[in-house]
Amino acid sequence: MSSWFEKHLPKIVLAPSFIAIILFVYGFIAWTAWVSFTKSRLMPKYDIVGFIQYDRLFDSPRWDVAINNLFIFGFLFILISMFLGLIIAIFLDQKIRIEGALRTIYLYPMALSLIVTGTAWKWMLNPGLGLEAVIKNLGFNNFTFDWLINPDFAIYTVVIAGVWQASGFVMALFLAGLRSVDQEIIKAAQVDGVPTVKIYTAIIIPSMTPVFLSAFIVLAHLAIKSFDLVIALTGGGPGYATDLPATYMYTMAFSRGDIGQAASSAIIMMIVVFSVVVPYLYSELRNKNDQ
Amino acid sequence: MFKKLAVAAVATTFSLSASISYAGPKAEVLHWWTSGGEAKSVAVLQKEFSENGGTWTDMPVAGGGGDAAMTALRARVLSGNAPAAVQLKGPSIQEWYEEGALADISDVANKNNWSKVLPESIAGHMKCEGKWCAAPVNVHRIDWIWANASVLSSNGLSMPKTWEEFNATAKALQAKGIIPLAHGGQAWQDATVFEAVALGIGGANFFHDAFVKLDKKALQSDTMIKVFDQMRIMRGFVDKNFSGRDWNLATAMVMNGEAAFQIMGDWAKGEFLAAGKVPGKDFLCSSTPGEGFLYNVDSFAMFKVKGNERQEGQKLLAKLVVGKNFQKVFNLNKGSIPARTDVSLGEFDHCAHVSAADMNASSVGGTLLPSYAHGMALRGAQAGAITDTVTAHFNSNMSSKEAVAMLVKAIDNSK
Repeated sequence: MSSWFEKHLPKIVLAPSFIAIILFVYGFIAWTAWVSFTKSRLMPKYDIVGFIQYDRLFDSPRWDVAINNLFIFGFLFILISMFLGLIIAIFLDQKIRIEGALRTIYLYPMALSLIVTGTAWKWMLNPGLGLEAVIKNLGFNNFTFDWLINPDFAIYTVVIAGVWQASGFVMALFLAGLRSVDQEIIKAAQVDGVPTVKIYTAIIIPSMTPVFLSAFIVLAHLAIKSFDLVIALTGGGPGYATDLPATYMYTMAFSRGDIGQAASSAIIMMIVVFSVVVPYLYSELRNKNDQ
Repeated sequence: MFKKLAVAAVATTFSLSASISYAGPKAEVLHWWTSGGEAKSVAVLQKEFSENGGTWTDMPVAGGGGDAAMTALRARVLSGNAPAAVQLKGPSIQEWYEEGALADISDVANKNNWSKVLPESIAGHMKCEGKWCAAPVNVHRIDWIWANASVLSSNGLSMPKTWEEFNATAKALQAKGIIPLAHGGQAWQDATVFEAVALGIGGANFFHDAFVKLDKKALQSDTMIKVFDQMRIMRGFVDKNFSGRDWNLATAMVMNGEAAFQIMGDWAKGEFLAAGKVPGKDFLCSSTPGEGFLYNVDSFAMFKVKGNERQEGQKLLAKLVVGKNFQKVFNLNKGSIPARTDVSLGEFDHCAHVSAADMNASSVGGTLLPSYAHGMALRGAQAGAITDTVTAHFNSNMSSKEAVAMLVKAIDNSK
């Protein structure tokens, strides 16, 4: 009896969370997929009618805007955050004196909620209150910086706030990566008289590929599910110029009583996430098998 | 022995259940009236309800203009335990009826003569397939234009009677460095201005065809193009920082003379009054240019509940909500006017008198119309499709023709 118990203890302990995940994650993914094939409006219905919700979704100009914004925001957000994070990490890695304090300062934005970030940037970017007003008061009357209220540029303000929030975190990832590079190789290169820039571009950065991958995955899923930042910063506006798939889904599900649309947009979002994460998982698992 | 015990046990259970089965009328009420004046107004109803022997269970769910409350409601209905009364309005009442969730309160309505004391088109919203299923609380008017009295008089201007006059007045103000139109760039505010313009330019029949019947001819008409043209002109009267501004901040701009006009429902009056401004003296109210009256009626929809005391409570609540006393006190607090037409308006202000007189006149003239922007005329998906187009046009350089084409497509897509 007791040996049976000992043998099965790990499974028994894991079972509740396993069941919970099966039900509440995968079960509800399946439920959402089902509902996305129905004509559900205010309440879920379960008669499958085909791809009607997806037709509506791809016909909707608002969804077009949301998907375009996702690509603009995702691309710039990931690229700039990684670039800034790497640069800051390399500068901090130069054995400077108050590195600890600087590191904390750069990492600190990550401790803020995105709602706080969004609200603070909303005030800073507001042409009548923030940056533009300050510089105009200094006497530069022609200065304009009205991206926040310009439908063509508003999405870039979301990028600015997102980068401000996330690049410190990326810096921490890269800093850890830089520190884990074998110092012997670097010393050998220095002895050979290789210039510092070359050491970074030819030795250190290539050896940090796994860190780049992790940073990319973390940033990519932040970008795809990003919701609170947009809500706080622009409220999806002007008009719906800064809608993202997540805010679109929220509007359909909770303001418009259009559960079918919300479900189909959620499924599309999930497909986008999978298309990023699955190749990563695949490469990770394959590497392990190789070893 | 065993038998005796069993009998005793059964008997005790019965007597216990009998003694707790009727504890007076009970009602659980789901609403999102949680801000100062609104909370006070609900407290009035709560007090009246308990004075009539009822037990009130309050279920306030704040946030998202009712979105959060609707989410809570969905969960409650799905679990088979709906609240007795829910703050709902417009076609969403009928939508819930179609889900089979609403109760029939016709006996209360008939006993209290609701069909005589309520305007016909408002009563229509309270009925589900001819049976009464909801009780109206108030009537908000949407097509109001509010103005700062001293800004107008010091510039020798008056309230505009037509949209041409409005444009001329606004240009004169702009030349003097005053923002003509205080506006907040949120989709629902864009839609509010849009429907006032549409009613003014197109008239009541056009409005009814386009935004109640979704008639394609009206939606594609030249009149609709003119409406979007006027919206483009209005865009020029708005200050630079309007994006995302809350409506009450826009009202404050009118109050302190920074801006001259605001087009907004009569909850804006509450802001003026709360700041100690006097209607007719500090600020002016009039309907937006053109005929008609756009209403936004808050109401309680009555959901199917189980148990005698709950059904009793629901009926008592329905009776009190449409009762004269509650209609008066609630609306004095909220800035709207009573839904029933036989409440004395002695204590109401000048703007409320205008509103009530216009409501009665337009009810007779057939120009009493539901507001589309505030969810009275259309279901969520269709109203949302129109609002998407309106706000996309207002916040870009889209031409009126493009906007009309987009509108027709969006409505098709939402059906």
